[in-house]
Amino acid sequence: MIEFQHVSFAYEKGRSVIEDLSFRIGDGESVGLIGANGAGKSTVMKLMLGLLAGEGKILVDGSELNRANLSQIRRKLGFVLQNSDNQMFMPTVYEDMMFGPLNYMLSREEAERRVDAVLERLGLQALKHRHNHRISGGEKRMAAIATVLAMEPETILMDEPTSALDPYNRRIVINTIRELGQTKLISSHDLDMILDTCDRVILLSEGRIAADGPAERVLRDRALLEAHHLELPLRLA
Amino acid sequence: MNKMEKALHELSEMDDLAAQDSPVHRLHPTAKLLSTIAYIAVVVSFGKYQLGALAPMLLWPVLLFQVSGVSVRTCFYKLRIVLPLVMAVGLFNPFYDRAPMLYLGGVAVSGGVVSMLTLMLKGLLCLMASFLLMATTGIDSLCASLRRLHVPGMLVTLLLLTYRYVGVMTEELAVMTDAYHLRAPGQKGIHVSAWGSFLGQLLLRSMDRAQELYGSMLLRGYHEHFHYAPVRPFALPDGVYTLGCALVFLLLRRVDISQLLGSLLVR
Repeated sequence: MIEFQHVSFAYEKGRSVIEDLSFRIGDGESVGLIGANGAGKSTVMKLMLGLLAGEGKILVDGSELNRANLSQIRRKLGFVLQNSDNQMFMPTVYEDMMFGPLNYMLSREEAERRVDAVLERLGLQALKHRHNHRISGGEKRMAAIATVLAMEPETILMDEPTSALDPYNRRIVINTIRELGQTKLISSHDLDMILDTCDRVILLSEGRIAADGPAERVLRDRALLEAHHLELPLRLA
Repeated sequence: MNKMEKALHELSEMDDLAAQDSPVHRLHPTAKLLSTIAYIAVVVSFGKYQLGALAPMLLWPVLLFQVSGVSVRTCFYKLRIVLPLVMAVGLFNPFYDRAPMLYLGGVAVSGGVVSMLTLMLKGLLCLMASFLLMATTGIDSLCASLRRLHVPGMLVTLLLLTYRYVGVMTEELAVMTDAYHLRAPGQKGIHVSAWGSFLGQLLLRSMDRAQELYGSMLLRGYHEHFHYAPVRPFALPDGVYTLGCALVFLLLRRVDISQLLGSLLVR
């Protein structure tokens, strides 16, 4: 369970990006975080992961996020970055996938077992020993998801997981997200994808919650979406 | 593929070289690191006129090239930018030190020329040794070894990030030069008037990316200990190799093999 209690954050003094934000995500929930550019979606995720420090309380499974428990909390939260090039920093997909589990002191055998299981589950066995800079954008996105899954996190955070993907690869990523059993928080402008993968939607506007409710209800509200520079998902238009 | 993408490709080739298999590749990274440090320390300790005594030190990299299967050509190709800079270090010595030091077939060779050649050879040997270390070890194993030798985590992280940062910066440079040339057709290079903003933007963009990259490492448990680097215990052959190398280097430092051979031939 993740809980934000009156969280505020500003990159520059006097210009809040997140203002008095409070919400709660229960275990197993699939939540879409939507909003216009600059609404604070990525910032919320970075605050949750302790990459940024703001005011207020952030609780993960009842423990307040602080420097002392940062490592334990990060182990529970897997983060798929918007730009997979920034996520994949080892020479090959295999080495990238081994990076996390080995850092968390798993034996090499156990880490390899996890890597193989994830690759098989996602149908990515052919990528195992490929070089990161020689795979396509879609493959890289899937590999980035695989690196996070190899850590077996309880919650998965994804920042724009379908951006810059062609329709075929987008569909593969959506199907993969749907099959994940973990708690999910997905930030995106791709409202069709959010509709496909999330039960609940939080709409952010200027660092505050403008709407929070079932995905079907929020995403059908044309007036609400248009008031916050968004449009109805194509499927509902 | 533009120049930057080629550079990026070259950078990744170092990882490919390190992933190959040979008796040198199979040695423990710490053994290779210690022997390279010993080699460089001995090479730089030679006096500026000890060109003859220094020459036999060339045997070690030559032997490593042979055993590791890394080609000398690859080494010189990858060092083509830095090599001239290192070689240029002693370029002015012949102007300052003109006193004849030896005669080669009646031609006087000044101390400046000898010291310049010594400095050049020293630079070349140190660069080749460093290249061989990187080409047969890999950055992660190297960093893991440094940590095992109790080098502060912060310094090792800096080394690792610098290595990764080169790739990030090259990628950003590739994107920016492409964008520039698309809007400056027919122009060779980047115009001087754009250098300032170009460099500033490059720095800011690559800093942002490097920050994200480091964040991604932290989120996957990185804490300066390199548990993910391939490891195996430091075995007896590794110890023998390290000690053997150190002893040979010291021997070559104490005994002028070139002079010895020369005196044998003259006799």
